[in-house]
Amino acid sequence: MSAAVEITGLVKRFGAVTAVDGLDLKMPRAGLLALLGPNGAGKTTTVEICEGFLRPDTGTVRVLGLDPARDGAALRPRIGVMPQGGGAYPGVRAEEMLRLVAACAATPLDPAWLLDVLGLASARRTPFKRLSGGQQQRLSLACALVGRPELVFLDEPTAGMDPQARRLVWDLLAALRADGVSVLLTTHLMEEAETLADEVVIVDGGRVIAQGSPSALTAEHAEDAQLRFKARPGLNTDLLSAALPEGYLVRESSPGAYRVAGLVNPQVVSTVTAWCAQQGVLAEELHVGKRDLEEVFLELTGRELRT
Amino acid sequence: MTATGTRFEPGTFTPAPGAGRYGRMLLTHARIETSLTLRHGEQILLTLLIPLALLVGLSLLDFLPTGELGSLSRVDWVTPRILALAVLSSAFTGQAIALGFDRRYGVLKRLSATALPRWLLVAGRLVAALVVVLLQVVVLGIVAALLRWSPSGAGIGAAIVLLVLGTLAFGALGVLLGGALRAEAVLALANIVWFVLLLAGGILMAPSSLPGVLGDLVALLPSGALAEGLRAALVDGMFAWDALATLAVWAVAAGAIATRTTKLT
Ligand SMILES: Nc1ncnc2c1ncn2[C@@H]1O[C@H](COP(=O)(O)OP(=O)(O)O)[C@@H](O)[C@H]1O
Ligand SMILES: [Mg+2]
Repeated sequence: MSAAVEITGLVKRFGAVTAVDGLDLKMPRAGLLALLGPNGAGKTTTVEICEGFLRPDTGTVRVLGLDPARDGAALRPRIGVMPQGGGAYPGVRAEEMLRLVAACAATPLDPAWLLDVLGLASARRTPFKRLSGGQQQRLSLACALVGRPELVFLDEPTAGMDPQARRLVWDLLAALRADGVSVLLTTHLMEEAETLADEVVIVDGGRVIAQGSPSALTAEHAEDAQLRFKARPGLNTDLLSAALPEGYLVRESSPGAYRVAGLVNPQVVSTVTAWCAQQGVLAEELHVGKRDLEEVFLELTGRELRT
Repeated sequence: MTATGTRFEPGTFTPAPGAGRYGRMLLTHARIETSLTLRHGEQILLTLLIPLALLVGLSLLDFLPTGELGSLSRVDWVTPRILALAVLSSAFTGQAIALGFDRRYGVLKRLSATALPRWLLVAGRLVAALVVVLLQVVVLGIVAALLRWSPSGAGIGAAIVLLVLGTLAFGALGVLLGGALRAEAVLALANIVWFVLLLAGGILMAPSSLPGVLGDLVALLPSGALAEGLRAALVDGMFAWDALATLAVWAVAAGAIATRTTKLT
């Protein structure tokens, strides 16, 4: 069976901007892949090429073995799409919109049930433009799922949702995955990628800069950067480095967030806290252990993911 | 995720992809398009209330360039022209504005990501436009009849053909405009064009009453062609082939350009 999505050497330019710059990606069936990257990384462009809305400048894209630019008519009944920012008639009622999308599918889910599950039962008759941002997102997600697709593309599915709605959507995505639906989602939320994904592909500047399972990504170079803490910004990191044994390096990775690179042992921890106490500052959120994706990203790009 | 098992039965989302039946897609799409128009206050004002007010006003009051009337009653002169206005209002102006905002809200992209084929996306809008025109004609026809309108029975068939073709021509022009520009620009331009065609496009004033070549040119506009064609049909019981040909050319030309220029968002 062909892969759910297979992209090789994808390049897409908009005038002088290169949105996607030689991207490769292979997504097996029945897994959940997260495209993770900051705004402008090229996530939406990549997904829209997979959906057949945009054509690649160079490179090949196969979705369920089909070319989305050429075989769109055969592909669309098999996929579910949640565009970034949703989409509906401004005046359409939530339930009408979902029923319209359901009418396009052979054996859709029950629209009333889906609205209920997504917490939209009370908004069934509300015109789209009067739904809150989070409600619009949930309706859009319902539209992506109602046709029982084998593959769904979700572009920032939880953007604009409150934490409770986000949890609900995460549950739903886990259920999709468990039922054998292939899911490709984009996000700039580390937690989302770490919680849900089998495979995380970190993109920046239109390229893949790292990929792997969340645990593999965070475990790479595990001996580095194991001690983190927070304190007031602007501590003299050279002084702290000097207080530590040879070979340890302290860096302020973002204002008020410090990292000690080098093997951590009880001696190092106590030196750091003692030095902070000496400076009259409290070291907070002292953390020894694996890195998270946030740090992986920072390490790879030298920039914060959320800017 | 721990809550999964409790919230969703396993197998709930097991894939069962496939396209729905075209008939059902078309029906659902056209019904939504129609009811969105009928639910929209400004659309009702534009497509029904203004034509109704003009029909009643011009039939009862003595505003008209009466020299044109001859032996005709005012309502017999006015009604065909108001029917042309009704088509201009709904198929062109209403359609263009709705499309402009639909694009802004991303519905075209949403729908073209489903199994709905492109031709059906157009067909649904067309069916809706024809249904709205039918409703306009019924309402205006009833009111005109109350004002003692007596159309030529021989021309009814021709009038129906002209109304359908006029809807297609204006609909294509509406899609051309509504699919190309930003929503606000569409709103402004569609209303200006409506006003200009109403006053100077052969609807309120017959092309023959305009000086020199101006009259000939106005008869080649879709508004002039539709109004004159309907007048020939409903007043004289004649089939105006020239008007029909003019509308057909507009429909084909605008449709061909619109398929190339219409943007989804
Ligand atoms: N239609 C477009 N025209 C011009 N530039 C675009 C267009 N779409 C995207 N871009 C540019 O391409 C880059 C990638 O955008 P996008 O794919 O939307 O990123 P992401 O979804 O990761 O935020 C950005 O610099 C964006 O400004
Ligand atoms: Mg995006």
